Amino acid sequence: MREKATTLYIGPQHPGITGNMMVKVQVEGDTIVRARTEVGYLHRAFEKLQERRNWLQSFTLLCRFCVPEPDPVEESYARAVELLEGREVPERAKYIRVLMLELARMGSYMLWYGGQSGSLGLYTIGQWTVGDRNYILDLFEELTGGRVYHMYIWPGGVRRDLPEGFADKVLRTMDYFEKRLKDYDDLMFENTIFQKRTQGVGVIPKEKAVEWGVVGPVLRGCGIKSDIRIDDPYEVYDKLDFIVPTHEGGDIWSRALVRRQEIRQSIRIIRQVIENMPSGEYYNRIPNPFKWTLPKGDAYARTEATRGEVAMYIVSDGSIHPRRTHFRGAAYVHGITLLEKILIGENVADISAIMNSLGVCPPEIER
Amino acid sequence: MSFFDLNGTLKPLTALKQFGKKPHTISYPKESKEAAPRYRGLHFNDLDECIGCGNCSMICQNAAIDMIHIDGIEGKKGDSGLRPRIDNGRCCWCALCVEVCPTGSLSLTKDYLYVSEDPDSFLWTPGKDNPNGKEQISFFSTEETSLNVFNRVPMPELEGKERVKSFAEVVLGYSEAEARAEASRCISCGLCTEVCPEHMHIPEYINAIATGNDADAVRIIYDNNPLPEMCGKVCTRRCEDVCAIASRGEALAIRWLKRYATETAATAEITREIVNPEIREANGKTVGIIGAGPSGLTAAYYLALRGYDVTIYEANAKAGGATMYGIPKYRFPIDSLDKQIDYIKSIGVKILFNTKVGKDISFKEIYDKFDAVFMGVGFPDAWPLGVDGDDAKGSMQAFRFLYMINSGEKVDVGDKVVVVGGGNVAIDAARVSRRLGADVTILYRRRVKDMPADWEEIEGAEDEGVHIVPQGIPIKIHKDEKGHVKAVEYLKAKMVPDERGGRPKPVAIEGSNTVIEATSVMAAIGQMGDYSFLPEEFTDKIKIERGRFVVNEKQQTGDPKVFAGGDAVNRTADAISAIADGFRACKAIDEMLGKK
Repeated sequence: MREKATTLYIGPQHPGITGNMMVKVQVEGDTIVRARTEVGYLHRAFEKLQERRNWLQSFTLLCRFCVPEPDPVEESYARAVELLEGREVPERAKYIRVLMLELARMGSYMLWYGGQSGSLGLYTIGQWTVGDRNYILDLFEELTGGRVYHMYIWPGGVRRDLPEGFADKVLRTMDYFEKRLKDYDDLMFENTIFQKRTQGVGVIPKEKAVEWGVVGPVLRGCGIKSDIRIDDPYEVYDKLDFIVPTHEGGDIWSRALVRRQEIRQSIRIIRQVIENMPSGEYYNRIPNPFKWTLPKGDAYARTEATRGEVAMYIVSDGSIHPRRTHFRGAAYVHGITLLEKILIGENVADISAIMNSLGVCPPEIER
Repeated sequence: MSFFDLNGTLKPLTALKQFGKKPHTISYPKESKEAAPRYRGLHFNDLDECIGCGNCSMICQNAAIDMIHIDGIEGKKGDSGLRPRIDNGRCCWCALCVEVCPTGSLSLTKDYLYVSEDPDSFLWTPGKDNPNGKEQISFFSTEETSLNVFNRVPMPELEGKERVKSFAEVVLGYSEAEARAEASRCISCGLCTEVCPEHMHIPEYINAIATGNDADAVRIIYDNNPLPEMCGKVCTRRCEDVCAIASRGEALAIRWLKRYATETAATAEITREIVNPEIREANGKTVGIIGAGPSGLTAAYYLALRGYDVTIYEANAKAGGATMYGIPKYRFPIDSLDKQIDYIKSIGVKILFNTKVGKDISFKEIYDKFDAVFMGVGFPDAWPLGVDGDDAKGSMQAFRFLYMINSGEKVDVGDKVVVVGGGNVAIDAARVSRRLGADVTILYRRRVKDMPADWEEIEGAEDEGVHIVPQGIPIKIHKDEKGHVKAVEYLKAKMVPDERGGRPKPVAIEGSNTVIEATSVMAAIGQMGDYSFLPEEFTDKIKIERGRFVVNEKQQTGDPKVFAGGDAVNRTADAISAIADGFRACKAIDEMLGKK
């Protein structure tokens, strides 16, 4: 006898959901037969707000697109503006930006550790990683003045130079993380529960991945090597030595392995950045922000974030305000269309684990 | 993988080893975390340094900052008297307010905790509500990090050596690119508008220049100033003294930008085309104006626009008053003045030249003929030096000397000129004498920094080789056997602080007599009015006190039909104040006659 389908509403307030959004699922027994994502709880109309703010004011809105990792959004906007205006960025600023972006990547992955393991009932790792993330936030606080919202990468460079002794602190923090990552492995990757609950779960077929618009670590977890830092290098990534890890499988497990390795690559990049950072200017000053206009035209810049590709498209009509801005984030694809597809056939208890593995950031979807 | 994975079951238990380790957390509130040296916490504002320009409020994209009055802080020149209040419920601590604060008074502190049940208490005025915040300042702006553009675009000028060869204009004017760059430094705070006697719409026209709309700039300027090119060249520019950017940098070149805008209209016809003024239908009322100086011309222009039949009586052959006859042509060329006069005439203002009231026509006649009378008669006479030997040949008043030069007369000053005084007239006379080929010495009784003259004029004079002798009080003019000036004798002075808090006073040092050779001596120690044209029957009502007409806030004298303005009324004695007088009088006359 066929069981009667039941409709369940997961979210918008649910500890397993990565933010304020809802997944409406129809289940037969434990098995999902239909999934619909519902968003609309977080819309703040940032793109519209930017049209009423000048080119500098717009920059302060960007960090709120995605709280765990705001810097790639700032980076995309800054580069788009620089591209449109033809503004040069000093070499030192480029290095500092890469440092910021990689620290942000690590910080974001620390939160992911917590979310991914927490969604499977493994709470200790989350407490460790979120605690350790504070050491990265301490670095942000010292460099930018803000722990979570940095508002640091802006058109023309970065806002302030590195404070004295900062590089050493970064290196010490990296030493700490290198030792510490082993502990995470013991509790997570070596853990039978984790392995069994993630292997073969939330599978994205490799042949469909590109067609569906999958990007970032999720795509690399399908065995496809794709990373903006390599494919379309920005700042100084082309001068740095690092690899882009991939894993076949397309399930939560392979995505987790990709992220696990990327943290190690980030540490490697940060060490190189600290070593090779030139001295000099950190900021190519913009004109008076109240009168700062950009030439007519448009520009598009994209950055590799932990969620995947985040890109900013800006249109200028030559005035002090953007005529239009559009943000293209990975979470939109992963969190809405992809999630609906791959949840089918999965167990209802795995919704949260799958969502966490995709890097879904509802504030970024809705911005 | 077998069903039971021993390694995978035991590995997570290694977490137990963490029990023996020291915790990473601190036990709040027994210990608290010190914020980073650059932390962006709650605001602090140095209330004494703040000038209330409102820039912080303008940049705040959360609309978290409003400008409010607080007790104990009054507005003054260059200070709106307002201070920012932060709504900490809206603030996102982006610190753009700090980055654009021109004075650097606003900063963020390490203080980040605030707990209250009362939402109204989230509105707070930094500096007032956290007076101790100064010790906790963490995120602040320096000249290096500030987003204000502190350096002025330099004005191209003739070289000092070139200048003295002719009366060619010294200042060459901004190019289009230079003007745009300079205009784009403005932060539109409007402190300048407040202090301008005429309250010109400065941020608006600067913005028009910055955005490439020069014609708009001209229209905005003509809204309340019919002689902008004059102001663009010779204004005393109090606006620049209070420019917010000047608190840590160089003031906006407001005067030069006005000059740039008005020069884009090359002729009176083009000006007329751009400004395209709305001239009201004639209302049949008439206004007589005595004196075609800045105040008279202003009143005439705006009255004519309002449909009045305006006639100006001018004693000289040209209009402009002191700006025509007092200011040398290398500062304000005659064609620049003519262009503006032609434009004013083109909208219907009648000017009767060479018509001196009291001689060619009586005041009574004018009074009876017109519905209202405006007197902008200026200060045509100069004070004599009043020392022994003042009557020598070659001893003259600088103002008179400038009048003769500007009228095209030839004046023989010899080869050694001594100018006594420290105001703009003294500098003008000195620089003109240099152009006539003389060696020039300025004798001033106070220090150079006390000189009331424009600093750019003083610098210009020095560049041209004028020698300035400060702290010298002339006591005698020596004559030769023909009764001609031979030398000037002066006493050196020391500066004595004023007990009443005024500026220090020069006191002559006995026995410090010094003699400078001279062929001419020019006194530039002030001018005075000539009110002989006013018949006695009027002086009961039209009162004159301390050499000036007494008027109310509408520029109205004791006789309700008679208005006055310009140097003969206000002590600042500059063109822009005269223009403001004329504009005020126009409004008052319109109000008075419009009701009838």
